[in-house]
Amino acid sequence: MRSKEPFFWITISCGIVIMAFILIPLVEMMTAPSFAMLKETIKDKDVVRSIWLSIYTAGLAAIISFVFGTPLAYLLARTDFTGKRFVESIIDLPIVIPHPVVGIAILSVAGRNHWIGQFFSDLGIRIMGSVTGIVVVLTFVGLPFYVNAVKNGFESISPRLENVSRSLGASMFSTFFRITFPLAWRSMLIGIIMCSARAISEFGAVVIVAYHPMIAPVMIYERFEAYGLKYSQPVAVWLVSVCLALFLILRILTLRNKKEA
Amino acid sequence: MIKIENLNIHLSEFNLRDINLNIEENEFFILMGPTGAGKTVLLEALAGLIKTKSGNIIIGKKNITKLPPEKRGVGIVYQDYSLFPHLTVLENINYGLHFHKIDKTQAEKRLNRLVEDLNLSHLLKRFPLNLSGGELQRVALARALMVNPSVLLLDEPLSALDTNFREEIRAGLKRLHKNSNVTFLMVTHDFAEALSLADRAAVMNNGIIEQTGSIEDIFQRPDSTFVADFVGMKNLFAAQFRDTKALTGSIEIELGRKPANSHGYIAIRPENIVLSKESLASSMRNSFRGTVTGVLDQGLYYEVDVMVENVTFKSLITKSSLFELGIQEGIEMLLSFKSTAIHNF
Repeated sequence: MRSKEPFFWITISCGIVIMAFILIPLVEMMTAPSFAMLKETIKDKDVVRSIWLSIYTAGLAAIISFVFGTPLAYLLARTDFTGKRFVESIIDLPIVIPHPVVGIAILSVAGRNHWIGQFFSDLGIRIMGSVTGIVVVLTFVGLPFYVNAVKNGFESISPRLENVSRSLGASMFSTFFRITFPLAWRSMLIGIIMCSARAISEFGAVVIVAYHPMIAPVMIYERFEAYGLKYSQPVAVWLVSVCLALFLILRILTLRNKKEA
Repeated sequence: MIKIENLNIHLSEFNLRDINLNIEENEFFILMGPTGAGKTVLLEALAGLIKTKSGNIIIGKKNITKLPPEKRGVGIVYQDYSLFPHLTVLENINYGLHFHKIDKTQAEKRLNRLVEDLNLSHLLKRFPLNLSGGELQRVALARALMVNPSVLLLDEPLSALDTNFREEIRAGLKRLHKNSNVTFLMVTHDFAEALSLADRAAVMNNGIIEQTGSIEDIFQRPDSTFVADFVGMKNLFAAQFRDTKALTGSIEIELGRKPANSHGYIAIRPENIVLSKESLASSMRNSFRGTVTGVLDQGLYYEVDVMVENVTFKSLITKSSLFELGIQEGIEMLLSFKSTAIHNF
């Protein structure tokens, strides 16, 4: 592209507008609370508890997605079957459904008047207003991000590598663990990051299924409603900082993995 | 040794139909055909990587049609080499040992022999990412041979290499085959490769085997118009046979023998047609006067098209004879060929 063309200037200006649009509100929010206020907020046990709850429920959602989503992602990447497109659209559904609707949908099967809710309640598992409920909701909204990331990862590995491995005497299991898994490992980590990032940001669905115990987004909303902007900002800053730090660590780990391979 | 009986494979957009093939123990067999003929599909079926619909594959005395790939003892080397990118060259070569019970000293011996034969000793600690095509190729061969398969399938191993490299690898392949008791089955679409490596070959087209036989037979005596065209028999004419003569267009060609069929095809390789200005005092029974209608530069050779009445013959001559004879479009030439150079079917 020649730099003097008007087209070039349009692309640059649009880029600048978008950067400003994303960064200005975020920077404003992050710098609004005073240091003393941040310090005071982190001493609040409720705040620490809610941030911790947010992180570990999102982490659990990612682990569940990893366990159940990996085989499905492999199946979708490697095989062609009638109805595959349909299955793929079903997996994408949680992305397009409005968040409160997700909460309502989960509640409608988790209640006592549905046989599934009845079944879990007989086992002593409560969905509504419980950590279990939060994990269920976060898995529901995070799973598509994991499956899609890992599916792309598997697709980028040539099936010929698996073919060669099998012709050299390895069973399908050995082939998966010796060839496919080590090569897809990075995309799995990216999938876990995507899934838990999505899960941590969920508010609308969680607030319907479990207002208490309180995850950080619900607490931020509650403080905003009850005390105003000034009191919700410090919690938000802490949540964002902790999440960014965690994702940064994961990214560094993946980069190091790339170097080894 | 390898026996394929009435094999049928149905893929979503492609079928292999009624494949029959016999390959002897320790043979170097070539599978030829244009792109999309189904050669790779047949290789993958032999390796157990594609489901077959019907028919049998027998290796040695064992019917392996239903066996999973890891139980077949069939090695495969792909065109893109498919080395495991996260393992070193040495780990790639030794990969198969995890799944085979091979005595340690024996494995070591085999490794050393392969490393030496394929000249890999300086590469063992490196990762595949930075190796050249020829190096990747040698590693892939070593990896496949390390587990001592009974059959080695090679999918166009030379096509991705530089031309000056090919000679070397070709010689290497031949030596490797000689020094092992492994049956080689190689896919190629290059006839020159087939000629220099194998004794027997099959030609595939569009999911079926068109012809199986010695390379000599396929080259000189193709059974079908497709094979004739594929092996470069550019002079291919439909003909009526009358006694020992073939009539094509309005000219009469002496075959020197009486064909069994009354009509069919005659085929003459372009390099077997001799061009001259005066009639030659030779044993060539067929000699026709015609007009040069085209001269095509083909690199080392020139293809000269000569029209005799209503039939166009194609002849291959060297650059120097082109100039010696002063051949150009529109001039009259005499073309001659032996009756033994004519193949009829």
